[in-house]
Amino acid sequence: MSTLAIQTHPSQTTRFEKNAATREPNWVKYLLLGISLSFFALFLLLPLIAVFTEALRKGLETYWLAFTDADALSAIALTLTAALISVPLNLVFGVAAAWAITKFEFRGKQILITFIDLPFSISPVIVGLSLVLVFGVHGWFGEWLVANDVKVIFALPGIVLATIFVTFPFVARELIPLMQAQGKEEEEAAIVLGAKGWQTFWYVTLPNIKWGLLYGVILCNARAMGEFGAVSVVSGHIRGETNTLPLHVEILYNEYNFSAAFAVASLLALLALLTLVIKSYVEHKISKRTNG
Amino acid sequence: MSINVKNIHKQFGEFTALDDISLDFPSGELVALLGPSGCGKTTLLRIIAGLEQADQGDIILDGENASNTHVRDRQVGFVFQHYALFKHMTIFDNVAFGLRMKPKAQRPSESKIREKVFSLLQLVQLDWLADRFPAQLSGGQRQRIALARALAVEPRVLLLDEPFGALDAKVRKELRRWLRKLHDELHITSIFVTHDQEEALEVADRVVLMDHGKVEQVGTPEAVYNHPQTPFVYSFLGSVNVFHGRAEQEHLQVGNEQLRHHNDSYGHSKDVFAFARPHEIKIVDNNHHEGVSARISRVLSFGIETKVELDGLNGTHYEVHLSQQQRQAQSLYIGQEVKLVPSALALFPRELETSAQAQRLSEQQG
Amino acid sequence: MNTLRQFSVLPGFGLSLGYTLVYLSLIVLVPISAVFIFTSQLSLSEYWQVVTSPRVMASYQLSFGTSFLAAGINAVFGVLLAWCLVRYSFPGKRIVDALIDLPFALPTAVAGIALTALYAQNGWLGQIIEGYFGIKVAFTPIGILIALVFIGLPFVVRTVQPVLEEIDTELEEAASSLGASRWQACRYVVLPVLLPAIMTGFALAFARAVGEYGSVIFIAGNIPMVSEITPLMIISKLEQYDYTGATAIASVMLIVSFILLLLINLLQSWTAKQTGRNA
Repeated sequence: MSTLAIQTHPSQTTRFEKNAATREPNWVKYLLLGISLSFFALFLLLPLIAVFTEALRKGLETYWLAFTDADALSAIALTLTAALISVPLNLVFGVAAAWAITKFEFRGKQILITFIDLPFSISPVIVGLSLVLVFGVHGWFGEWLVANDVKVIFALPGIVLATIFVTFPFVARELIPLMQAQGKEEEEAAIVLGAKGWQTFWYVTLPNIKWGLLYGVILCNARAMGEFGAVSVVSGHIRGETNTLPLHVEILYNEYNFSAAFAVASLLALLALLTLVIKSYVEHKISKRTNG
Repeated sequence: MSINVKNIHKQFGEFTALDDISLDFPSGELVALLGPSGCGKTTLLRIIAGLEQADQGDIILDGENASNTHVRDRQVGFVFQHYALFKHMTIFDNVAFGLRMKPKAQRPSESKIREKVFSLLQLVQLDWLADRFPAQLSGGQRQRIALARALAVEPRVLLLDEPFGALDAKVRKELRRWLRKLHDELHITSIFVTHDQEEALEVADRVVLMDHGKVEQVGTPEAVYNHPQTPFVYSFLGSVNVFHGRAEQEHLQVGNEQLRHHNDSYGHSKDVFAFARPHEIKIVDNNHHEGVSARISRVLSFGIETKVELDGLNGTHYEVHLSQQQRQAQSLYIGQEVKLVPSALALFPRELETSAQAQRLSEQQG
Repeated sequence: MNTLRQFSVLPGFGLSLGYTLVYLSLIVLVPISAVFIFTSQLSLSEYWQVVTSPRVMASYQLSFGTSFLAAGINAVFGVLLAWCLVRYSFPGKRIVDALIDLPFALPTAVAGIALTALYAQNGWLGQIIEGYFGIKVAFTPIGILIALVFIGLPFVVRTVQPVLEEIDTELEEAASSLGASRWQACRYVVLPVLLPAIMTGFALAFARAVGEYGSVIFIAGNIPMVSEITPLMIISKLEQYDYTGATAIASVMLIVSFILLLLINLLQSWTAKQTGRNA
């Protein structure tokens, strides 16, 4: 649940450090900084560095080789396809849900918000399992699907469904606090000035939420491309067919092909880093907007 | 354009926001809806605009029932309390917004829009800010831009929600004068909501006083100030002294003491509230046969008037304003026992009071 | 007037809410309900037998135990990190702040193999720890703990940080003007304000950790009765086509998830009340 935390402004920090009542002795400050930054380095920085050093351990040539492999290419294609289908669907859902929740008062709103949060606290393994129960051979629609020769489980539709489920709240979760803070006065003003519903959304609401929306989509995309547990259950691990990038990493790793595994992993790590860069940029934009 | 409000009722759950309100706003007037927060004035304004729906009653615009007309088609201009300027658009684009949203057939050309926007920006004297963004403007400037934006679509009425509420005192005074001048130029029927009595009395042609979802009094500023018709209006407009007592033929019995009143309609021993403005009270020696006893607690003599604060019996407080001449004619000191003699008393029967009003009156006193 | 909602001039209520509900039901609620409906095919004694079999019990103990410990570690270090990010300026602060969210964005499988590489016997950290302390990390419950600390950290930092940012310096100024030492001001003035947020972060990290799969399975070693987490039990039952067994265990985890979600909701509204901000 990564709601946008407004970035600390540098001058705000010095505000605490300048004030005698909110300042610790220097030794305490450096001790706290030392402890927390060591923890940060040990748990967050080192694993990240490890991904790249392991990937490049056997040289650039082996590194490139990992991506030219046919299975790797098909995994990339499948991952992109799954993300390309599920992210836009979740985008539309996120906007619709945020619009209903933030612009209107209705009964049961809190319950709806709680349901939207569900995928955050459900194990991805259970997500995969539940899809197997519905669409698997022995599942609810199993017979019908077999009779009509439609494959959901161990095929693209299952992977897409699992991805949608797991990444379902991300856009909505970014937008709801943002739109709540903005209220609805601007939309009302637009309507009074004669704007139609879509015009109001397009010219007034959308420009106000575009940065939050962008980050929601980017994060949703990163999670969609990186989902492992749920997809692993429904994919069937058919090489060259139903393997996404994270599953490909697993297979390579289990085959002791470490440098290839880490090479593919480094690609996903780069995607994660890009996501974080965009997030920082978006937060910067939003905090400028709210402070300005 | 005239506005008629007929039997409007609005309920929020248990809370009655508007209780059977009927009002007529004649064409071309600038009217203030005045009352304490929670009295229903903003709700009424939003119902007139069409931003809120009444549970019962009708809104008649220019003789036509507009109750079921969408806000988009009511041709009202609405200025929001916090201006609701579009943050991501320039001032120019903000003002042009309403024109650009018109259906293609009615939409003026871009050059016409430009002309219109600049003439409006000149009207509000801010044409030099056209390329700025709302965040770069001061509060007073934003307020004027919000007004220009509302005027751009040539509304038939202008509705303003606490137009000066978010501004500091000095800017507020300037804008007040400016709004009055603007209205005198445009003569567009306008209603504004305020909780500031001074603002309402200074700017409006007529004032509608509201309390607890009901209209207490409607009239010109002079009329409502000089001839309040209800205890609420009396206590809401300016400071006032209240005496609780029993009205007899010729006098008012307050405890063991008596005050003379000049009101024939109170002949039969009735419990009343009696109101007197601070400048309508004389301070006399405490051996005077008429008057209510009090003790001077503070004397503030700066400005044109001298303000005297007094403690009465039973924890009541009084405030008396004396001119410098009166002040010089009398020697007053803190702790002095005196009597208060009102030159005018407005009486209101106590049984008419709702308990809530009575409670508030006693709170104001205490 | 519609009693279900208040009047609004803004359009699209029916469309947006209708779409939201249909999508939510199809994607989330129907599959989740399938778990419970499948489980109900078991008799109570069969169900009990599955969900309390020794190997499954051992996995609960491991999953909940390590998750609890990991959330606790995150609560301590997460608050420290949030404190440093809000209160101090230091070089590279923006980068540290951005990287806190790495576990949100990094695919769990990538985190899993990276941690395994670090803590394996021949890994950078594994070598040091085993050489100096004689403790094995990878393929033991300690490895699981480390993976769960990794994925849970941002939850605590990101719930505590905004609350810490909004605390008025006047509170601490008042405390010190009343003679409180710096430690007393933090202990009796700042900490109580942060407490609901810390607990929310703890609960979020715990909920995430209990269900975590990808980052754990590589480093866990998956030895039955020792380092086999509950989500893995579900997978292994599935692989043996034991659908009822898998769903039974899943139903237990789902109930725990629901309880945690409810708890988190309560904690968030407590935070909102404590700090006067919207959850």
